[in-house]
Amino acid sequence: MQEALVEAPVKSRPRPAASPEATAKKATPATLSEHIVEIVSDSGEGAQRCGQTFGAIASQMGLGVWTVEIIPAEIRPPARSVAGGSGNRIRLGSKRITNGGNETDLVIAFNEQVLLGRVRTGELKPGCTILLESMWREHKDPKIVESYTETYDQLAKAGYKVVEIPMERQCKTILADSRRGKNMFALGILCSIYSFDLKLAREQIAITFGKKNASVIETNVRLLHAGYDWAENNLEFKYCIPATRSTEPQIVVNGNTALALGVLASGMEICAMYPITPATSVSHYLSSVFEKVGGIVHQAEDEIAACTFAIGASYAGKCAVTVTSGPGYSLKQEGIGLAVMGEIPLVVINVQRGGPSTGQPTKVEQGDLLTSVFGSHGDAPKVVIAPATIEDCFYSVITARKIAEAFNMVVVILSDASLGTSQQPFPRPQFREDWLAPPIDQSEVPPSAKPYDWNPKTGLARRFIPGQSGGMHTLTGLAHDKLSHVAYDPESNESGLRMRSLKLAALQQTLKPAPVFGDPKGDLLVIGWGSTKGAIEEAVDNLRAEGHKVSSVHLTFLQPLAPGLKELMQKFKKVICIEGNWSDDPKQDIVNEDNRRFSALAMMLRSRYLVDVDCWSEVRGQPIKPNTIQRVLLEKLKQK
Amino acid sequence: MTIHATECLLRMYDQHYELEDYQSGVPRWCTGCGDNAILAAVQRLCRDEDLRPEKTVFVSGIGCSSRFPHYMKTYGFHGIHGRALPVAEGIKMSRPDLNVFVNTGDGDCCSIGAAHWIHAIRYNMNMTVMLHDNQIYGLTKMQASPTSPRGLKSNTTPRGAYLEGLNPLTVTLGVQNVSFVAQAVDWIPEVLYDIIRAAYHHKGFSFVRILQRCPEWLPKMLDPWVHDPLKINLVHHENGVKLSPGISKVYRTQEKHDPSDIHSAREIASVLDPIPVGILYHNPDVPCYEDLRDAGQQRSARYIKAGFEAELDKFTVWPEGAQPKTQPSA
Repeated sequence: MQEALVEAPVKSRPRPAASPEATAKKATPATLSEHIVEIVSDSGEGAQRCGQTFGAIASQMGLGVWTVEIIPAEIRPPARSVAGGSGNRIRLGSKRITNGGNETDLVIAFNEQVLLGRVRTGELKPGCTILLESMWREHKDPKIVESYTETYDQLAKAGYKVVEIPMERQCKTILADSRRGKNMFALGILCSIYSFDLKLAREQIAITFGKKNASVIETNVRLLHAGYDWAENNLEFKYCIPATRSTEPQIVVNGNTALALGVLASGMEICAMYPITPATSVSHYLSSVFEKVGGIVHQAEDEIAACTFAIGASYAGKCAVTVTSGPGYSLKQEGIGLAVMGEIPLVVINVQRGGPSTGQPTKVEQGDLLTSVFGSHGDAPKVVIAPATIEDCFYSVITARKIAEAFNMVVVILSDASLGTSQQPFPRPQFREDWLAPPIDQSEVPPSAKPYDWNPKTGLARRFIPGQSGGMHTLTGLAHDKLSHVAYDPESNESGLRMRSLKLAALQQTLKPAPVFGDPKGDLLVIGWGSTKGAIEEAVDNLRAEGHKVSSVHLTFLQPLAPGLKELMQKFKKVICIEGNWSDDPKQDIVNEDNRRFSALAMMLRSRYLVDVDCWSEVRGQPIKPNTIQRVLLEKLKQK
Repeated sequence: MTIHATECLLRMYDQHYELEDYQSGVPRWCTGCGDNAILAAVQRLCRDEDLRPEKTVFVSGIGCSSRFPHYMKTYGFHGIHGRALPVAEGIKMSRPDLNVFVNTGDGDCCSIGAAHWIHAIRYNMNMTVMLHDNQIYGLTKMQASPTSPRGLKSNTTPRGAYLEGLNPLTVTLGVQNVSFVAQAVDWIPEVLYDIIRAAYHHKGFSFVRILQRCPEWLPKMLDPWVHDPLKINLVHHENGVKLSPGISKVYRTQEKHDPSDIHSAREIASVLDPIPVGILYHNPDVPCYEDLRDAGQQRSARYIKAGFEAELDKFTVWPEGAQPKTQPSA
């Protein structure tokens, strides 16, 4: 049965397609400053590989690029299903691109059902260009033909510029199983549309299929050319996005690979993990390379074991890391509390996904901030930092390892599914020896030294590591005194809590104020953290260009908070947090001042600074779009 | 403080320790608690083997038995309930040079930490694990444990435990990669010591279940076995526990068993009465996970840099005209 389509979106927003029309074949390219293109197929048809390769060629050419994976939750969802679309979304631009942007300008779809999935979630720009595989029109199953033609007609009626492409028919002239080759044909089409350099495309295909034999590469190159030629001869439009090739070497990886590279560069030696989406690819990559530099990835029997294994490794040697996502992060809480209590350095990477419970494993959310700051029972102070870009993902691990070891604390890195799977080029890091952990201390401990010889001012104490003679003591998760003896007396308990808490204050004293994007005073200050940075700044930039006095500040340190925030907030008439976690809509009937639940960071800022911080948040499982933020900020500006 | 290398070596090889070098504080266990016997045997082992206190770590979870590390003058890690094994594994992976011991109870190991127990057997990391099995939760005041016998009345089973107790020996012997399984009882200290010593000398995951009396909650439960030596089946072999004339005289129920025979080990393990005491299984050839993973390697900064740069090369977009560097050899 045919499901109802979305209502025609053009009525409400009568905006023409971004593509300037051209009339003749062998079109001359229209120059664009940026474009968003996506490619979707059934899982297994290779749209992701096509998109990644396309993104890589664009990076090679010097275009600004941000790629976002379109991932179904299942490995092999049923073919031709609305929810099963798999692929990639690539935002290209002449300038540096900092986020996935707004709606899509051009899409290649391998069937009409996966396309509908994109239409219904509002991902396509009204009236955008759709290149649709036409084989379904001649399918032997009349129901499929009906579904296809009906969808085609409705989309065309709704104002989309639908172009049918005979991918199947064309590919069959090159290889028998066209299902395995359409993606490179599609790549050829895209290379033609965006006037890409075919030489670079061929080179990239050779890299992509480098592990396979030469005939595989050759077939794929033939498919590329076939797609390119078909588009040159049949399409009536062509674009060119001027590129400036960087003068510095750039790295093109996604956030999860960047995190893994960070682990490599931080000198940590042990990563303990348990498979969980969307964090696992950190460990996949790390597993393949870590041993080359003397590291070990241990796949533990569960999340709790992964955490406590890392704690054991840290306790006896260099700081270790455990990598997880939402549900796994919940399971680690008791272990994290132990590390806090024992003052064992530990880095915990949480690539956030939608929650609660199993939630949305492949989708983005920023729902774990409060759990990270306040998680584990009792008072368990830990450091929480959030990378905001792919580059940050890399450097945050090095920072986290250093803080963990300098303060003997747990440092939580809050990435998310969006950063984890997005690619954005950044300058190739220059390796520094001081990134690495120093050799573990095995020197003799002076006779008078105590295992928790807290500095009463900072709470800091030197940690004794097994192997150090004279340092023998039993670390315990029970309340303890300076000698690490179990101590239930009121004084010892309070002083332990005080010392562990003071370390956060000590760290906070070393932080610099977060840089302001825009003027340091004005009408509206936007505060964000994590993966929303690019979208927030783009929205702020656009509003500033329109003359609005809007600025933003993006927090890397969430616990402790950087200094200067209160003073900054006071220089603006209004303050709003934009986040990807739940908050009540104040316009709802039964929501009022007493029961309104604020987004996570807004709640933290309100309670700390007594400033009336408002919030707006979205939990749609997709990166928040700059134009959505822009609309929200405009509304906020207009509010009395 | 500076020490000359030669002096260092002399110290290393010439260091002898006394019992007091391993004793820390006065144990707070109840009088008559089997934990005291285990502590005495372990301190004796450390002395006899001259284990360097700073190179020795006792890891425990939560429960009466898990107080064990506090009474050793070595490094100790008294962690959280059920997680002693993964902590110990992390320590061993990070520092294979350390002697690692684990003291865990029947609740800690066989209930809340059961998943870790199964997998620890598989990992077969070189550590000595003592399961202090008193068949009851002591610290939380008398609740049935997974090894409590059926019918045992406790605060959570006032009408008697509904289920058969879990047999830690047969469970352990059923897991792939098992390499050392033994059973001891707290009231035969000589054999207890011999078994723990053999466990220490086995390279791999040495699992020793120690039946111990809880004088507070189950004061009489093991009495029939304590008072009747014939209800103890001494399992002995030239490759296992060797019986002294004194022991041989008192404990007449004996069985010769080759610890390399896993089938016979499983049969012996499944008998609850008489209680088998001895080394049930020993296979020195199972590889240790830390060896398979090449743990404890020291890497120079240059080495790490080379590997790191080689990885970056894979992802680098070079500026026009710039030649990609050749892959540095690691």
